[in-house]
Amino acid sequence: MKALLIRDLRLALRAGGGFGLGLAFFLLVAVLVPLGVGPEGGMLGRIAPGILWVGALLACLLSLDRIFALDYEDGSLDLLVVAPIPLEAVVAVKALAHWLVTGLPLTLVAPVLGILLNLPAGGYGWLVMSLALGTPALSVIGAFGAALVVGVKRGGLLLSLLVLPLYVPTLIFGAEAVKRGAAGLEAGGALALMASVTAAAVAVLPFAAAAALRVNLR
Amino acid sequence: MSIWEYANPKRFMQTSAWALPWVVGLTVLCLVVGLVWGFFFTPDDFRQGSTVKIIYLHVPSAMMAINAWVMMLVTSLIWIVRRHHVSALAAKAAAPVGLTFTLIALVTGALWGQPMWGTWWAWDPRLTSFLILTLFYLGYIALWAAIEDPDTAADLTSILCLVGSVFALLSRYAVNFWNQGLHQGASLSLDKEENVSDVFWLPLLVCIAGFVLLFITLVLMRTRTEIRARRLAALLARERVG
Amino acid sequence: MEMKVDNLAVARGGVTVLEGIGFRLAPGRALILRGPNGVGKTTLLRTLAGLQPAVAGEVSVPPESLTYAAHADGLKSMLTVRENLDFWAAIHGTALVGAALRAMDIEALAGRRAGDLSAGQKRRLGLARLAVSGRAIWLMDEPTVSLDTASVAAFVGMVRGHLATGGSVLVATHIDLGLAEAEVLDLAPFRALASVPRGGFDEGFG
Repeated sequence: MKALLIRDLRLALRAGGGFGLGLAFFLLVAVLVPLGVGPEGGMLGRIAPGILWVGALLACLLSLDRIFALDYEDGSLDLLVVAPIPLEAVVAVKALAHWLVTGLPLTLVAPVLGILLNLPAGGYGWLVMSLALGTPALSVIGAFGAALVVGVKRGGLLLSLLVLPLYVPTLIFGAEAVKRGAAGLEAGGALALMASVTAAAVAVLPFAAAAALRVNLR
Repeated sequence: MSIWEYANPKRFMQTSAWALPWVVGLTVLCLVVGLVWGFFFTPDDFRQGSTVKIIYLHVPSAMMAINAWVMMLVTSLIWIVRRHHVSALAAKAAAPVGLTFTLIALVTGALWGQPMWGTWWAWDPRLTSFLILTLFYLGYIALWAAIEDPDTAADLTSILCLVGSVFALLSRYAVNFWNQGLHQGASLSLDKEENVSDVFWLPLLVCIAGFVLLFITLVLMRTRTEIRARRLAALLARERVG
Repeated sequence: MEMKVDNLAVARGGVTVLEGIGFRLAPGRALILRGPNGVGKTTLLRTLAGLQPAVAGEVSVPPESLTYAAHADGLKSMLTVRENLDFWAAIHGTALVGAALRAMDIEALAGRRAGDLSAGQKRRLGLARLAVSGRAIWLMDEPTVSLDTASVAAFVGMVRGHLATGGSVLVATHIDLGLAEAEVLDLAPFRALASVPRGGFDEGFG
């Protein structure tokens, strides 16, 4: 399983692996939104939590279809099914690898983009914490969606359609936590709710995703 | 005789062919009586005027939008557990009907909201939930459409329906948390009549019955079509093999 | 480590293509599957590998005893030859990479990226993966595609070595491997006659 994690990370980091695309997209969002809505600081500060969360979510979405599609096309997924690790663990490890190359970097650069968007000082801690606890859910839910559409050629758009509604609770609780934190209100409740969504997704969705993969490989 | 016998396509076709004219007749009767009664023979509300009469479309379609998803959830579970093809096809048949009910609820809600709240759209929890429900329906239908093999599609959409149901519920709570909203609360619950007086309530019940029957009619017809399509595919497959 | 198959029926795209298949594959034995294109060799192998459910019949193999080489080699073009094999060795918990590289004569290519290999070299790498798995039963689907004569000989040598250590192989192929000791199973007689699509949709509606 460690070998699978290392392989996926290595593939993502080598040329053509698509690492950094999500980050670049996240940066673009943070630059384009002020250009669109105007430079007025108070307004930017108010919408910053939502923009950062929506940006992180869409950046995550960009690389989802790679989680299983590449292994499906070159036949490694068949071989992984025959291999002595449970498919559920394969899903979990691949979601973890996805998180390490997208969710984690997004979390780390988010405060910098928060400065660009004039996020109030109280919001930074909540921003990092909510992304750190929320982006794993984005990766696991995304892995589930990717498992559903792995047999569909050019399933990227379909994948977005399937996954985005599933992202709603995480987005709402995550952005709400940052918004409340930035406004100096109590934000722990929203954060706890989001963390429980993440915990439930991480615990249950690998099984659903593995079931979907088995169906797709038949 | 066990209820599962109706899961046999042949039995289902026979029984539904016999039942369909009756269901259609009842549907027409309930809808005509309920809507005419509701639109023309109820007094105007003292505050909301005649705009209130849109509840005869709005409330039943909103109820059926949710019930259709629940029905899809149940039939998906039956497919996963017992592998009855008719069940999977019924779920497939119900999805566009449910989506249409959802859209009717959204549109009538907007038409009603304009005079009442002064806006076509508000990010009220109920409206938002219905918008999210629309996305779930779209995703489910798109997944059915994207996958060629019918059994693979049935399996994957069933898994999506199960997971989606959990997330739809979560979204509902998340949305409530996010905005407390201005929707009037209890006009639709069956046990609290004090909010809507009897004169409005009885025709509403007839309309709800009509919408339920309309849903059953449409799902039966669409399921029959799906079964015929599968039969056609089976015949073509047999011809190809020789 | 005997593989037993009884009265097996397999389906492709919802249509049963083969039925009534039965055979035994004892340790140290090789079985070659033959049959015209489209008869269902790949479908049969995928069913035996547990990738798709059987329509009827039974397959009995000890758990985690088989591995499968399909048309696609499952290689990552961005990884080197050695990294590709190291990965599968780690997944299967074996240390057989060196031996496998030697067996398929690709030691000299070990540091090359898999994406830079020729079609035949890729195939050799894909077959070396079988040896790395350490599994006893090898299922192979047209293993000799794009291999030259020397590579086929190396492959047959590797298979013989595997048989000698009590392994067994099941090969779907249409060329003569020169594996004289192998039994041959012709699939043509097992072709399904009346294919019944799933779910009773074939019945008349009356």
